Amino acid sequence: MDMETDQIHQIDVGNLLAFNPSHRFPSAPSSREELVKECVTEGTKLVQAIADTLFNFPSTETSDGPLVQLPRPTTKLPREKHLPRPKPPTKWEEFALKKGIQKRKKDKIVYDENTDQFKRRHGYDRVNDDNDIPIIEAKASDEPGEDPFAKRLDDKKKRVGKQEKNRLQNLKTAAKAGALPSHVQLAVTALPISGTKTQPQKIGKDALGDVAGLAATSTASGGKFDKKLPGEKPPKKQGKHHKYLPVLPHRGKVDEEKEQTNKVLSKLLSKHSHEILNVGKAINMYNDKKEKKKSGRSDKLKAKKDITKKKPYANKAQ
Amino acid sequence: MMEIRTPKTHKAKRVLEKRAPKLVENGKKTLILHGTKTSATVSSVLMELYRLKKGGAIKYSRRNENIRPFESGGETSLEFFSLKTDCSIFVYGSHTKKRPDNLVLGRMYDHHVYDLIEVGIENFKSLLSFSYDKKIAPHEGSKPFICFTGEGFENIPELKQLKEVLTDLFRGEVVENLNLTGLDRAYICTAISPTKVFLTHCAIKLKKSGTIVPRIELVEVGPSMDLVIRRNRLPNEGLRKEAMKSSKDKPKKKVKNVDQNDVLGKLGRVYIPEQEVGKIPMADKSKGVKRERREGKMKKNKEEGSASKKLKESE
Repeated sequence: MDMETDQIHQIDVGNLLAFNPSHRFPSAPSSREELVKECVTEGTKLVQAIADTLFNFPSTETSDGPLVQLPRPTTKLPREKHLPRPKPPTKWEEFALKKGIQKRKKDKIVYDENTDQFKRRHGYDRVNDDNDIPIIEAKASDEPGEDPFAKRLDDKKKRVGKQEKNRLQNLKTAAKAGALPSHVQLAVTALPISGTKTQPQKIGKDALGDVAGLAATSTASGGKFDKKLPGEKPPKKQGKHHKYLPVLPHRGKVDEEKEQTNKVLSKLLSKHSHEILNVGKAINMYNDKKEKKKSGRSDKLKAKKDITKKKPYANKAQ
Repeated sequence: MMEIRTPKTHKAKRVLEKRAPKLVENGKKTLILHGTKTSATVSSVLMELYRLKKGGAIKYSRRNENIRPFESGGETSLEFFSLKTDCSIFVYGSHTKKRPDNLVLGRMYDHHVYDLIEVGIENFKSLLSFSYDKKIAPHEGSKPFICFTGEGFENIPELKQLKEVLTDLFRGEVVENLNLTGLDRAYICTAISPTKVFLTHCAIKLKKSGTIVPRIELVEVGPSMDLVIRRNRLPNEGLRKEAMKSSKDKPKKKVKNVDQNDVLGKLGRVYIPEQEVGKIPMADKSKGVKRERREGKMKKNKEEGSASKKLKESE
């Protein structure tokens, strides 16, 4: 009986899973309760089949109860994360491999010849401590004004800096290969800058929003028909910013465009036009333009002016 | 400019190591959340599912309006939550006129959506409505039996996917040692039609039988519902192959010429090929070491020596 059921049911003991593919409901179940009852009986058979194999395993007695070693599950289920990728060798590891350098285990206690004692390699009262050197002998290659102790400190700082740079490079190559160690995260703090030495300013959320809004509405239809990215909010100032009136007048309608320009013109030529138009500024601008035209369109051939220097005012209106 | 960020506390480091990709993975955690509108059935289903999976589930109580699992852009929030909570299965409940009492079961691979299956809930019976002897109530976090009945689970692709997803959902941790007294729950899934699955949760009663194997009796305790398959999305073939990859796929290569001896330990056999002396590759091929050069030099020195001698003699 057991053998028969094992053949009919597909059992995966590692997962405590059983599947009976050959059950068919003989007739449309009459009521909900009948259906439920039948399902539960079928389920019982399956659980019994798993338990048969399970309880026949060799068990070890513990205080909580009989412990049984489960086999590996046979149903394949997808992983939740990718397999760990092999770490690419660091620059030093590559070099060591090439040269055949083996790693040697260092002792924690080292014999110090200066004091004829065993001292620890790192930490308090260590061997070869930099601060302990009382005298540094001068060499022929030394300059007279140089401080050798400061020089030592400087060299150490440079070495430490170089090591940090190398470490960062190694992590970057590991990150490129997708094999960054789990506890390290590489974060970009600033974009690479070229040209000026100024630090890029952090753009605030509002500024970004304004720029995004400008960009979004700078299409011909004011950004109305653009495909939006998921999670993108509608731009704050939708629609066109300028309303251009039709040039040719519509049947029966007043020529609005003509009216608009006429309005502006009448304002300029009116008695109180000096309140609207800054005549002095207008004259200056006109003169400047004339000057530019006179000198010819050779801006590109001209030597580039330093824009940080203040331009002396060419023609002041007298 | 790149900055290296490492955790400053041991606890943080342990958390990051736990979440890192490993050869043998931890049990999958489930994220339970709901959408804009939920009905009473959906909210109780989500609550009871959370209670069933207490140790390995996280339940969000707020409604999430911008999550639409089946739309291309609507998964970003889900992926973000999955990343934050380290959950690779999610259960998203919603209720709309078109899809009443809707449940989307989905899985993630590398915190990106792997596959989805949408089911509708019918004939839901809450676990509070079942009356049973409290002594046989299943304990929290016990490993369940999972049983599937019906040929539909083999023939119909949607049901096949649902079977896989339900196994993943209910499985919990993969354990090596199991305590036989701790077996107290079973999930029974029956395919009652090509589109409907009846799911119920039962407690196990072990009764004495003549042999070591006890007689099993199931008593319905938990929620029971009908799942009606609606939509589904299968993973693309490449992604599926990658996700199913496991480290033990390649069988260990048989190591040749190595013997294990009880007396001598590990013995190896080394085969030395016949040496052809004339054809041995020379290691040092630098110019100055070549024999012709050396001999030429020696000759020259001799000549020079003799020449200088001659000079000396002549002088």
